Amino acid sequence: MSEIPGDLKFMKSHEWVRVEGDGKVTVGISDHAQQQLGDLVYVELPAVGDTVEAGNACAVVESVKAASDVYAPVSGRIVAVNAALADKPETINEDAYGEGWMFVVELSDPDQLNDLLEPDDYAALIEEDGH
Amino acid sequence: MANRTVLNDRHRALGARMVDFGGWDMPLHYGSQIDEHHQVRRDAGMFDVSHMTVVDLHGPRTREFLRRLVANSVDKLHKPGKALYTCMLNEQGGVIDDLIVYFLEEDRFRLVVNAATRDKDLAWIGAQAQPFGVEVRERRDLAMVAVQGPNARDRVHGLLPGDAAARVAALPRFAAAGVAGTRFGDLFVARTGYTGEDGYEVVVPEEHAVALWDALLEAGVKPAGLGARDTLRLEAGMNLYGQDMDESVTPFEAGLGWTVAFDGDRAFIGRDALERQREAGVPRQMVGLVMDGKGVLRHGQKVLTALGEGEILSGTFAPTLGKAIALARVPAGDASALAPVRVEIRGREEPVRIVKYPFVRDGRPVVPA
Repeated sequence: MSEIPGDLKFMKSHEWVRVEGDGKVTVGISDHAQQQLGDLVYVELPAVGDTVEAGNACAVVESVKAASDVYAPVSGRIVAVNAALADKPETINEDAYGEGWMFVVELSDPDQLNDLLEPDDYAALIEEDGH
Repeated sequence: MANRTVLNDRHRALGARMVDFGGWDMPLHYGSQIDEHHQVRRDAGMFDVSHMTVVDLHGPRTREFLRRLVANSVDKLHKPGKALYTCMLNEQGGVIDDLIVYFLEEDRFRLVVNAATRDKDLAWIGAQAQPFGVEVRERRDLAMVAVQGPNARDRVHGLLPGDAAARVAALPRFAAAGVAGTRFGDLFVARTGYTGEDGYEVVVPEEHAVALWDALLEAGVKPAGLGARDTLRLEAGMNLYGQDMDESVTPFEAGLGWTVAFDGDRAFIGRDALERQREAGVPRQMVGLVMDGKGVLRHGQKVLTALGEGEILSGTFAPTLGKAIALARVPAGDASALAPVRVEIRGREEPVRIVKYPFVRDGRPVVPA
């Protein structure tokens, strides 16, 4: 079970957010989430230029077991996506917090970051989840 | 609390993610079900299948009993050790279970039936055996490990004493041999499997199962879980009872017509119902589907064809193909009459192709591009 990086924020639905500065954040799904899903076989990403709303589904990860919506943690505009995931979706399984990043959002409302969970709160949440 | 096989601690020690399967606590995977799938197609993997039900039948009228009990013909079994895949039907021709029958010696046969249907099967077999005076004995003292893959048989041979190894190596497909007095006790080695690869299903006394498992691990066989078992068997076009067929479905509707033998006037249970259905025209059939686009086909998804609606029975992402495949029940008719075929996935209609199955043979895709 890998450590939860201390510089990230989280949603209850297991997305992580890294604040990059210059009004942008990188988003992915947590290591806990990839473990629950199992081997990923397809990833559907939003398009660069799309507008996303906090709390709305904006991407999909699909494992052999199930398809799972990925929610936008914040509102804004998609400015980058990890196109490499199209050929190698398993990168998310291998490195959920690093090479497995999914998309970058340019924030329209930086205050929304305050609604996200701190690493300790997320850790507590998944403790309860069981394994 | 769920049942546990004798190998449960080994799975946990190997880091398996455990799940409930028909009331049994079983390994879903040991890290990556896709890696385990490839391991079986390319080298050798092993499955704990001790949850399955081994039933030994004994008595002078056993063959006569089996001629009535199962839809395939045990008269095909002459040589000791020869095996047969068959359905067991009710009077309406509905499938109670699918199973393998092994002819051991005259008056003695072995059945291996599914874990999830154990209680139902034992009750049915016991009741049907009564008039024939056949002794029905469930063998709960036996465990089973399936070793599958192009190198699987060699790995097993390496664990047997010289002359026994030669005897087992000479087994044709779908035949079994008893091997007495090995360091794992008396083994029953069957050249059968549920993956589409060559290999053995090894029946071992419970008290030696862990030793056998560990010896196979040491010989380089990797453990594989239920996740890989499902993707492998589906690529091989093999049915899963309870998902691809049940008592509401005849073998003809489940792609299992080939397992039914209408030899002479053998009055097997369900024969009349099948003959009536065949005469009236079988209304539904099972077909293989491949989806070239992104996504995964899954159980329960609606299938739309030019001849009417159907449904996905078993669907998955097929690691050896790199695409989603499925077995589906659709109206009767040629592929050309059913086309164009689409599957409803999360509100969208996705095109799929009807293909013959198995989807994979000798470790390679056989689906046309």
